[in-house]
This record gives sequence, structure tokens and C-alpha cells, in this order.
Amino acid sequence: MSTGTGPKQVHLAAHFPGVNSTTVWADPRSGSQIDFSSFEHLARTAERGLFDFFFLAEGLRLREHNGRIHDLDVVGRPESITVLNALAAVTDRLGLAGTVNATFNEPYELARRLASLDHLSGGRAAWNVVTSSDAFTGENFRRGGYLDRADRYTRAAEFLATARELWDSWTPEGRQRPFAHHGPQFGIEGEFTVPRSPQGHPVVIQAGDSAEGREFAASAADVIFTRHSTLEAGREFYADVKGRLARYGREPGDLKIMPGVTYVLGDTDAEAQELAAEIRRQQVSPQNAILALEQVWGRDLSGYDPDGPLPDIDPDPESTLVQGRVRIADPVAVARKWRALSEAKGLSIRQTVIETSGRQSFVGSPGTVAAALAEFVATDAADGFILVPHLTPGGLDGFVDRVVPLLQERGVFRTEYSGTTLRSHLGLPEPVWKG
Amino acid sequence: MPRTRTLHLAAELAPGTGPSASAADPLAASSAGTAAARTVALARLAEAAGLDFLTHDDSFARPGLDALAVLARVAPETRSVGLVPTVTTTHTEPFHVQAAVATLDWVSRGRAGWRIAVSPSGAEARLFGRRPAPPTAALWQEAGEVAEVSRKLWDSWEDDAEIRDVATGRFVDRRKLHHVNFQGATFSVKGPSIVPRPPQGHPVTVVDATRPAARDTAAHHADVALIRASSAEEAAALRAELLQGARAHGRDPGQLRVLLSATVDLDAYEGGPGALAELIAGWHGGGAIDGFHLVPAVPERDLDRFASDTVTRLRDRGLFRTAYEGGTLRDHLGLTRPVSQYATTGAHA
Repeated sequence: MSTGTGPKQVHLAAHFPGVNSTTVWADPRSGSQIDFSSFEHLARTAERGLFDFFFLAEGLRLREHNGRIHDLDVVGRPESITVLNALAAVTDRLGLAGTVNATFNEPYELARRLASLDHLSGGRAAWNVVTSSDAFTGENFRRGGYLDRADRYTRAAEFLATARELWDSWTPEGRQRPFAHHGPQFGIEGEFTVPRSPQGHPVVIQAGDSAEGREFAASAADVIFTRHSTLEAGREFYADVKGRLARYGREPGDLKIMPGVTYVLGDTDAEAQELAAEIRRQQVSPQNAILALEQVWGRDLSGYDPDGPLPDIDPDPESTLVQGRVRIADPVAVARKWRALSEAKGLSIRQTVIETSGRQSFVGSPGTVAAALAEFVATDAADGFILVPHLTPGGLDGFVDRVVPLLQERGVFRTEYSGTTLRSHLGLPEPVWKG
Repeated sequence: MPRTRTLHLAAELAPGTGPSASAADPLAASSAGTAAARTVALARLAEAAGLDFLTHDDSFARPGLDALAVLARVAPETRSVGLVPTVTTTHTEPFHVQAAVATLDWVSRGRAGWRIAVSPSGAEARLFGRRPAPPTAALWQEAGEVAEVSRKLWDSWEDDAEIRDVATGRFVDRRKLHHVNFQGATFSVKGPSIVPRPPQGHPVTVVDATRPAARDTAAHHADVALIRASSAEEAAALRAELLQGARAHGRDPGQLRVLLSATVDLDAYEGGPGALAELIAGWHGGGAIDGFHLVPAVPERDLDRFASDTVTRLRDRGLFRTAYEGGTLRDHLGLTRPVSQYATTGAHA
């Protein structure tokens, strides 16, 4: 597919919606977020739609807010790699990508688990490398504390390099050879128990937007999972990251850029817009609106009316109210912006949160959405998309039934899988064996 | 002895534990998918015979795939048989271990167990580079702590924690989610688990209690203890010791099953599958064991002969089930589903 002279192809992946405020769990069509049948449904739908891969996030500690476990969004999820191994039994071609933290794992064990998944799925495994958020998460692990930001990437880079040494420790002919890695982070040696797997190395995904994250992806990842969902931001990011590849001896096609995006479909564009507004209202319940406010203000605001005005008091920049989430860098500036918006448009707390929280990336009729996705890819704002439906597990059904055929008609999406491995779906080169 | 005691049968899937290990190396000629196809075929054979569960051995130092991964791959292709991977506790993270075992219970719809093992060798320690291999007694002490914190984490979500209360906007009732605040000798865990309480409440814990170093951990923490013995008297004595140990730890000994684990080469076994059925029936009837864990020398051959011949004879005598009666591994073993140790008995704050 990638060697043809036709239009640039769109890559698609499906994210199982979980712990976040995207999921509309109160919708009567919303099913279990933990029963295997939900994972099976979404994965089979993605495979029916000829998607490149299915993507699972990871949780290592339940989020807390003001010292109490967060209770407003979907809470709890399974362990990624185990679910993906089970999904390998009910799918044939779909790539299976799991997020696994490089801070609270060890290279030998994780490399073995990923190689096992690649064998058991016939070459469909992918690993989304992330690093730890904080000491709060560390309280569940032997390692305990946390690594500071710079050390997290140092460890992640050496972790990945070590995993690749292990994956290369068997020759392509199937001979086991001893390995030894002695670096600043890891000193390990012995024999890896798993032969070279069907993809050689499972596909490596990296999610991150910082300069360090971009550099790490350019040097070592096969796919970068981003948040840029406007054409302008996407093109800028795309040019920047692809521009970093040459210094690592890599070609632009060696790293696929796939933003995580949400979408709303309607029979007409107007209907989709209405539906999108209604979904945003469901995502921002009155309780969620106060919570979002507390995350900015760093104060207990439970006494405020979500339908009333924003608080007069300023945020507490020293607050420890929020844990297990990324901290807002400059809460005073955010509060100022929210107040200005609220006053200018006469918005309540809840309306302000709805207005400022993430909008759906693609809203419209199937034709409108297909055209927009195709334009992103054709104009180098992305190589494809990781779709995040707002309903579990049926949220992808309409997309596969109504948008995929339109992408195929445009000649920008496959009509059948041409290979069996995830690398072949993504058009990625086989990793060179470093003997 | 009460006549109605149920006989339990289990089998090992991973070659490498028997004498012909090297000949049966599953990865010797591995191409993509062959390991999965082979294991699924064996699991279906065992399920057709009505076995309680399948074990899959594992070690960081022996060629083979990750056992829990293999059995997760098998889960959707089977319906009833219990799935018990070996999961080691020495170089792993207790929080990850309990989450993976709980997830195996979710994907198998209540059929998961785990066989706890330790990693005593220096070779295994060097694969991780974090600490030298501690003495065996300390490893089993730690394994017991991992079993204990796992139960706490499985219980840290009460069964009815998910409420989806649209009126108040709450997805869970946080009064039914609990920090475990576990402090062990070598690790601590805050909790709660990230995984909701698994279908069985607690997946089934299996410990090979053959070695004395593992025996107290088995008596304290196992739902199923595996033993090895060369006579019915020896098996009965070991079983009695384990049940007494369970009682000493404050457990109901009626919630511990003791299975005789034996490597069997049914080609070489004197009298073949028929004699094996006689032996199992005799030892079980005499109260020496609750069941039998077959470790086939050559899985494809021995598991097939065991299923088609030994199991059939045991059924003919009315000693073994002809069909699964329950859906979970706990059902097969006659073990109760535990109540969460944090259960708040419906009292509302």
C-alpha cells in the first residue's frame, strides 16, 4: 500500500475509552468498562473497519482529589497486556497496543511480556511507552518514590534500548545467545527466554508533546500519539517531528504521527453539531464542573452553585488538592482567562467549563468527517488518527459503518489488510537485527 | 471417609517440568502462532475431559513464553476449564502481579488462578540486576506477603462499588473503595487496586508445597496445595500437616484442597492409564488426597491418554464429574466465593 503512487493513506486506530471525562457513562447505551465482552466488541468493530490497531491506556493508581478517591468518571480498568493477549484470540489482523509504564517496570520482564504478546498474536503487538507521573503513583510500587522529569526520559530511553537488545539476543535463525547490558540505569545479563518474535521488535508508540518527548520519539518510536487536533497545530507538529528524524538516520515514513481525536456523527452537519453540544453537557455534569473548577483553583469549592458565577477568590498556587493528574502550570492565569470568558458571555460555572473543556475534534455528517480526516492526512497534519469514541463499547460502530466506506471511496483507506503484522499495516520497515 | 468427597483433577500444560523437557520444547520450532495453537488444542482436550484446571509453569530463566500471557490467549477459546499460570513473586511488582491475575479472571469470566513461585537462583537475579537472590526462606516469606496483599487489593473494591448514580453524578461509591496500606518486609502498597474486584472475588491461589520451605506459605495462603509423595501414607501425612497448618493460621481447613502432583509418562507407566485410575481412586478414597495434578512427560500424548482413558474409568466408577456444574474455578473446586474483607455490610456513613 505504501509503495503505490495513489494518495497518501490514512491510518486508523481505536482507543478503548476509559478513565477520563470523554466517556459518557450515564448514557443508557453505555456498557461495562471491565467485562471482556466490551473489549471484544470494540476490537472486533475496529477489525471489521480494517483499523491498524486497538489501543489501551493504563492506570497505576486511582486518581484522588482533596484526599478522596475520584468518583465522577469511569474508575478502574484491567491490566493492558493481559486483555490484549485475550483479544488476540478473537481477532486475526488487528494490532494490539498497550500502554505500559517504563518507570515501575523492569526491562527483562516487560520485554518478555511484549515478545510473548507478539508471538501469541502472530506479530500484532505494540507498546506505548510512558513514564511515571509522580511519587503518588510510586506508593504502589517497590521503587516507591519517583524520578524527576529528566531522569524519567533517561530511564525510558535506556529501558527501550535494553528491551531491543533482548529482542535481538536470539538470532533470526532461532539461536539463543547470552546478553549483557551494563549502563547507568540497568546492569543485567543472562539469556532471554523468548525467541525473536514475528515483528522482530513489537511496534513502539510514544505519547508526548514536550521537546524531550519529541526527541525521544524521533530517535526511537514507530508511532507518536499526539493531541494536536487542528490543522495548523498538526502541521506544525508534523513538520517539527519529521524534521528531527534525519539526525537519527531515519526516513520521514519511519515514524507515524497519529493524534488522539474524538468525533460526533449526525445525518447532517447541523444535527451533529447539536448532538456534540449535548454530549459536552453530559461530559460536564454539575459535579464535574465543580471538580474542574477545583482543579484550577486548588481549593474546596463544593459550596458553589454550578449554575452560578465563578468564585471571586483567587487560586491557591501551593495547593495539594489534586493528585494523580497533570498539574496546571499557571492556575492564576487560567482563572483570569475563565473569568474574562464568563463575564464576556454571561456564562455560569458549568457553561464556562463546557466552553473551555476539549471540544470534539471532528463533528459532522459522515461525508464531512471523512473529508476532514482525509484533508489532515493529505496536507501532512497527521498520518492517521487514534479515535476515542465517547461510548463503550458501541461508540465505534457508526464510524466503521458510515465513515470508513467513504474513506475507501476516496482511495485513502485500505479495502483489505494486505499483511498480517502491525508493522505491515503501518508500512513500517522491519527492524534491522543488530547481532 | 465420606463417600461424597469430590475428586479434583488438573494437568500441567508446559513441558519443561517433565523428564523429556528438552525434546518437547514448545519454542524449538516456533513460528508465529504455533505456541498459541498448541496450547489451545491441549486446553480444549482437558476441558472436554472436565478437568478442574490447567497449570502452565513459568520461570524467568527457562525458554518459554510468559505463562499468564499464554493462558489469557487461551481464555476466550475455552469456556469452563480453570487457568492457572505460574507467576513468580521475587523480581516482580506485587501491584502488577495482582492486577494481571485479576484481569485473567475478568477475561476468563471467573476461571483464573495463579501458582505462586519464587526465583531463588543467582541467574534469575542477574536478569533484573536489582538485588541478589535472597535465601529461600525469605523468598517464601515474601511470596506469602504478595499473596496477602493481592487478596487485600482484590478486596479493595467491594463487589458493588460501581454504582453509576446519574442523579449524583457518581460512577463509584468511594466508601466501597479502600486503601490497603500494606507494609511488608520488602515492599509496601497503598492501594486500592486499579482493577475492579474480579469475578471470583479471589482468583484461586495454588502453591507447590513439596519443598518444606514453601509449606507454611501454602498452609497460610493457598486454596490448592500441590504435593509429591511416593505412598498413600506419605501423602496423607502431608495433607494432614497442611490442613493443620491452615487451622493454625486461623483458616477453615475445608477451604484447602491438596492435590498429588506427579510426572507421568503413560507409555512407560506400568499398567498404563488403567493403573493410574486405580491409584487415584485408591488414594482419594482412602482420604490421602483430594485429587491429582498430572504433569505429562509429553503433553500431546499423555494428556490425550489421560483424558480418554484414565478419566473415563474414573467417571465409570462415579468418581469424577461428567459435566461441569458451575462456571468458575472456585465452583469446580467446591471453594466458596470470599466476601471482601473490607465489606461494609450495607451500612451507610
